[in-house]
Amino acid sequence: MKISLNNNPETLEGTSITVNQLLKLKNFTFKMLIIKINGRLIQKEDYGTATIQDGDDVTVMHLISGG
Amino acid sequence: MTFEEIKRILQQKTVGIAGAGGLGSNCAVALARVGMGKLIIADFDMVSEDNLNRQYYFYDQIGRFKADALKENIQRINPSVTVLSHNILLTEINIPVLFRDCDVIVEAFDQAGQKEMLIEAAEIAFPEKPLVIGLGVAGWGKNDIIHCRKVDNMFICGDEVSEIAPDMPPLAPRVGIVANMQANIVLEILLNQTNDR
Repeated sequence: MKISLNNNPETLEGTSITVNQLLKLKNFTFKMLIIKINGRLIQKEDYGTATIQDGDDVTVMHLISGG
Repeated sequence: MTFEEIKRILQQKTVGIAGAGGLGSNCAVALARVGMGKLIIADFDMVSEDNLNRQYYFYDQIGRFKADALKENIQRINPSVTVLSHNILLTEINIPVLFRDCDVIVEAFDQAGQKEMLIEAAEIAFPEKPLVIGLGVAGWGKNDIIHCRKVDNMFICGDEVSEIAPDMPPLAPRVGIVANMQANIVLEILLNQTNDR
Protein backbone atom coordinates (compact mmCIF):
# COMPACT_ATOMS: atom_id res chain seq x y z
CA MET A 1 0.00 0.00 0.00
CA LYS A 2 1.03 3.59 -0.53
CA ILE A 3 0.72 6.24 2.16
CA SER A 4 1.98 9.74 2.71
CA LEU A 5 4.20 10.01 5.80
CA ASN A 6 5.09 13.59 6.78
CA ASN A 7 4.40 14.62 3.18
CA ASN A 8 6.72 11.96 1.72
CA PRO A 9 5.33 9.04 -0.30
CA GLU A 10 5.98 5.64 1.34
CA THR A 11 5.26 2.14 0.06
CA LEU A 12 4.54 -0.41 2.78
CA GLU A 13 3.79 -4.13 2.66
CA GLY A 14 0.25 -5.34 3.29
CA THR A 15 -3.04 -3.49 3.20
CA SER A 16 -3.20 -2.18 6.75
CA ILE A 17 -0.82 -1.38 9.61
CA THR A 18 -1.36 -0.14 13.16
CA VAL A 19 0.23 3.06 14.40
CA ASN A 20 2.50 1.05 16.74
CA GLN A 21 3.64 -1.13 13.83
CA LEU A 22 4.42 1.95 11.75
CA LEU A 23 6.43 3.53 14.60
CA LYS A 24 8.47 0.33 14.95
CA LEU A 25 8.96 -0.04 11.20
CA LYS A 26 10.19 3.52 10.78
CA ASN A 27 12.25 3.50 14.00
CA PHE A 28 10.39 6.39 15.58
CA THR A 29 11.77 6.09 19.09
CA PHE A 30 10.83 9.50 20.52
CA LYS A 31 8.50 9.35 23.51
CA MET A 32 6.73 12.63 22.87
CA LEU A 33 4.76 12.37 19.67
CA ILE A 34 1.71 13.79 17.99
CA ILE A 35 0.24 11.47 15.38
CA LYS A 36 -2.50 12.34 12.94
CA ILE A 37 -4.13 10.19 10.28
CA ASN A 38 -5.94 12.22 7.62
CA GLY A 39 -5.94 15.23 9.92
CA ARG A 40 -7.43 13.42 12.91
CA LEU A 41 -5.44 13.12 16.15
CA ILE A 42 -4.74 9.56 17.28
CA GLN A 43 -4.61 9.32 21.06
CA LYS A 44 -1.84 7.31 22.74
CA GLU A 45 -4.16 4.59 24.00
CA ASP A 46 -5.26 3.93 20.41
CA TYR A 47 -1.78 3.42 18.90
CA GLY A 48 -2.24 -0.37 19.11
CA THR A 49 -5.62 -0.38 17.38
CA ALA A 50 -5.76 2.64 15.05
CA THR A 51 -4.93 1.46 11.53
CA ILE A 52 -3.34 3.13 8.55
CA GLN A 53 -4.58 2.09 5.12
CA ASP A 54 -3.75 2.67 1.49
CA GLY A 55 -3.92 6.34 0.56
CA ASP A 56 -3.79 7.65 4.14
CA ASP A 57 -2.02 10.88 4.99
CA VAL A 58 -0.02 10.33 8.18
CA THR A 59 1.74 12.98 10.26
CA VAL A 60 4.22 12.02 12.97
CA MET A 61 5.52 15.03 14.86
CA HIS A 62 8.36 14.77 17.42
CA LEU A 63 8.01 17.15 20.32
CA ILE A 64 11.21 18.59 21.74
CA SER A 65 11.72 20.88 24.72
CA GLY A 66 12.47 24.58 24.58
CA GLY A 67 10.48 27.74 24.69
CA MET B 1 -4.39 46.93 4.18
CA THR B 2 -3.41 50.01 6.14
CA PHE B 3 -2.46 49.67 9.78
CA GLU B 4 -5.79 51.30 10.71
CA GLU B 5 -7.66 48.62 8.73
CA ILE B 6 -5.53 45.89 10.29
CA LYS B 7 -6.22 47.20 13.80
CA ARG B 8 -9.96 47.33 13.12
CA ILE B 9 -9.91 43.61 12.30
CA LEU B 10 -7.61 42.59 15.13
CA GLN B 11 -9.66 44.52 17.72
CA GLN B 12 -12.39 41.89 17.24
CA LYS B 13 -10.03 38.93 17.75
CA THR B 14 -8.97 36.83 20.72
CA VAL B 15 -5.74 34.85 20.94
CA GLY B 16 -4.90 32.28 23.62
CA ILE B 17 -1.29 32.11 24.81
CA ALA B 18 -0.49 28.79 26.50
CA GLY B 19 2.66 29.46 28.50
CA ALA B 20 4.23 32.85 29.25
CA GLY B 21 7.91 31.95 28.96
CA GLY B 22 10.29 32.79 26.13
CA LEU B 23 7.84 32.04 23.34
CA GLY B 24 4.64 33.18 25.02
CA SER B 25 5.85 36.47 26.49
CA ASN B 26 7.51 37.66 23.28
CA CYS B 27 4.66 36.47 21.05
CA ALA B 28 2.07 38.17 23.27
CA VAL B 29 3.98 41.46 23.23
CA ALA B 30 4.20 41.40 19.42
CA LEU B 31 0.45 40.73 19.17
CA ALA B 32 -0.28 43.50 21.68
CA ARG B 33 1.80 46.02 19.71
CA VAL B 34 -0.26 45.42 16.55
CA GLY B 35 -3.52 45.86 18.47
CA MET B 36 -4.97 42.44 19.19
CA GLY B 37 -8.36 42.81 20.88
CA LYS B 38 -7.97 40.24 23.62
CA LEU B 39 -5.16 37.99 24.87
CA ILE B 40 -5.86 35.08 27.20
CA ILE B 41 -2.57 34.20 28.90
CA ALA B 42 -2.01 31.23 31.18
CA ASP B 43 1.10 30.14 33.08
CA PHE B 44 1.59 28.70 36.58
CA ASP B 45 5.19 29.87 36.92
CA MET B 46 6.89 32.91 38.45
CA VAL B 47 9.58 35.09 36.93
CA SER B 48 13.10 34.05 37.92
CA GLU B 49 16.47 35.63 37.18
CA ASP B 50 17.46 32.94 34.68
CA ASN B 51 14.33 33.69 32.62
CA LEU B 52 15.61 37.16 31.78
CA ASN B 53 17.98 35.89 29.06
CA ARG B 54 14.96 35.57 26.75
CA GLN B 55 11.62 36.29 28.39
CA TYR B 56 9.81 39.64 28.25
CA TYR B 57 10.17 40.51 31.93
CA PHE B 58 12.22 42.92 33.96
CA TYR B 59 14.63 42.45 36.85
CA ASP B 60 12.19 44.07 39.29
CA GLN B 61 9.51 41.50 38.34
CA ILE B 62 11.44 38.50 39.71
CA GLY B 63 9.14 36.48 41.97
CA ARG B 64 5.93 37.71 40.32
CA PHE B 65 3.52 35.39 38.52
CA LYS B 66 4.46 35.48 34.83
CA ALA B 67 0.90 35.83 33.56
CA ASP B 68 0.30 38.86 35.82
CA ALA B 69 3.68 40.44 35.06
CA LEU B 70 3.09 40.00 31.33
CA LYS B 71 -0.33 41.62 31.60
CA GLU B 72 1.30 44.58 33.31
CA ASN B 73 4.00 44.86 30.61
CA ILE B 74 1.44 44.64 27.81
CA GLN B 75 -0.71 47.32 29.39
CA ARG B 76 2.32 49.62 29.53
CA ILE B 77 2.82 49.03 25.78
CA ASN B 78 -0.78 49.13 24.58
CA PRO B 79 -3.52 49.74 27.14
CA SER B 80 -6.25 49.09 24.55
CA VAL B 81 -5.54 45.33 24.64
CA THR B 82 -7.75 43.33 27.01
CA VAL B 83 -5.55 40.84 28.84
CA LEU B 84 -6.97 37.98 30.87
CA SER B 85 -4.12 36.54 32.92
CA HIS B 86 -4.50 33.13 34.56
CA ASN B 87 -1.88 32.06 37.11
CA ILE B 88 -2.73 28.39 36.69
CA LEU B 89 -1.25 25.15 35.46
CA LEU B 90 -2.89 24.29 32.16
CA THR B 91 -4.32 20.78 31.98
CA GLU B 92 -6.43 18.76 29.55
CA ILE B 93 -9.37 19.68 31.81
CA ASN B 94 -9.06 23.49 31.80
CA ILE B 95 -7.64 23.99 28.28
CA PRO B 96 -11.01 23.39 26.53
CA VAL B 97 -12.70 25.87 28.88
CA LEU B 98 -10.07 28.60 28.97
CA PHE B 99 -9.39 28.77 25.23
CA ARG B 100 -12.90 28.04 23.95
CA ASP B 101 -13.54 31.55 22.62
CA CYS B 102 -10.10 32.08 21.08
CA ASP B 103 -9.74 32.55 17.32
CA VAL B 104 -6.23 31.08 17.49
CA ILE B 105 -4.23 29.27 20.20
CA VAL B 106 -0.48 29.75 20.56
CA GLU B 107 1.41 26.80 22.07
CA ALA B 108 4.27 28.40 23.96
CA PHE B 109 5.38 25.81 26.50
CA ASP B 110 8.92 24.84 27.36
CA GLN B 111 8.72 21.12 28.10
CA ALA B 112 8.00 18.55 25.37
CA GLY B 113 5.53 16.69 27.61
CA GLN B 114 3.54 19.88 28.18
CA LYS B 115 3.54 20.63 24.46
CA GLU B 116 2.20 17.14 23.79
CA MET B 117 -0.54 17.54 26.41
CA LEU B 118 -1.66 20.91 25.05
CA ILE B 119 -1.68 19.84 21.40
CA GLU B 120 -3.66 16.68 22.25
CA ALA B 121 -6.16 18.58 24.40
CA ALA B 122 -6.61 21.30 21.79
CA GLU B 123 -6.93 18.84 18.90
CA ILE B 124 -9.59 16.88 20.79
CA ALA B 125 -11.56 19.93 21.94
CA PHE B 126 -11.06 22.15 18.87
CA PRO B 127 -9.98 20.07 15.85
CA GLU B 128 -10.60 23.02 13.49
CA LYS B 129 -9.13 25.86 15.55
CA PRO B 130 -5.76 27.15 14.33
CA LEU B 131 -2.97 26.06 16.69
CA VAL B 132 0.44 27.75 16.35
CA ILE B 133 3.22 25.58 17.79
CA GLY B 134 6.81 26.53 18.70
CA LEU B 135 9.20 23.66 18.11
CA GLY B 136 13.00 23.74 18.10
CA VAL B 137 14.35 27.02 19.47
CA ALA B 138 17.51 26.20 21.45
CA GLY B 139 20.99 27.55 20.87
CA TRP B 140 22.16 30.33 18.57
CA GLY B 141 22.76 30.95 14.87
CA LYS B 142 21.32 28.61 12.25
CA ASN B 143 18.82 31.19 11.05
CA ASP B 144 18.47 29.33 7.78
CA ILE B 145 16.89 26.17 9.22
CA ILE B 146 14.12 27.96 11.12
CA HIS B 147 10.89 27.54 9.21
CA CYS B 148 7.14 27.41 9.46
CA ARG B 149 4.95 24.65 8.05
CA LYS B 150 1.24 23.91 8.13
CA VAL B 151 -0.25 20.51 8.97
CA ASP B 152 -4.04 20.72 8.85
CA ASN B 153 -5.00 23.22 11.55
CA MET B 154 -1.48 23.21 13.07
CA PHE B 155 1.22 25.72 12.17
CA ILE B 156 4.66 24.58 13.34
CA CYS B 157 7.34 27.27 13.83
CA GLY B 158 10.99 26.54 14.67
CA ASP B 159 13.73 24.28 13.35
CA GLU B 160 12.10 21.12 14.82
CA VAL B 161 15.52 19.72 15.81
CA SER B 162 17.28 22.01 18.32
CA GLU B 163 16.29 20.76 21.76
CA ILE B 164 17.39 22.49 24.95
CA ALA B 165 20.28 20.90 26.86
CA PRO B 166 22.90 22.17 29.35
CA ASP B 167 25.20 23.10 26.44
CA MET B 168 22.29 24.22 24.26
CA PRO B 169 20.33 26.82 26.24
CA PRO B 170 17.35 28.77 24.95
CA LEU B 171 18.51 32.36 24.28
CA ALA B 172 16.77 35.62 23.43
CA PRO B 173 17.62 35.90 19.71
CA ARG B 174 16.51 32.48 18.52
CA VAL B 175 13.55 32.15 20.93
CA GLY B 176 12.52 35.67 19.95
CA ILE B 177 12.68 34.82 16.23
CA VAL B 178 10.37 31.83 16.70
CA ALA B 179 8.03 33.74 19.05
CA ASN B 180 7.69 36.48 16.47
CA MET B 181 7.20 33.91 13.70
CA GLN B 182 4.33 32.55 15.77
CA ALA B 183 2.87 36.06 16.10
CA ASN B 184 3.36 36.58 12.37
CA ILE B 185 1.43 33.41 11.55
CA VAL B 186 -1.35 34.49 13.92
CA LEU B 187 -1.67 37.71 11.94
CA GLU B 188 -1.69 35.84 8.64
CA ILE B 189 -4.46 33.54 9.88
CA LEU B 190 -6.61 36.34 11.29
CA LEU B 191 -6.15 38.79 8.43
CA ASN B 192 -6.65 36.12 5.73
CA GLN B 193 -9.78 34.82 7.49
CA THR B 194 -11.25 38.28 7.18
CA ASN B 195 -10.15 38.70 3.54
CA ASP B 196 -11.70 35.36 2.56
CA ARG B 197 -15.04 36.24 4.04
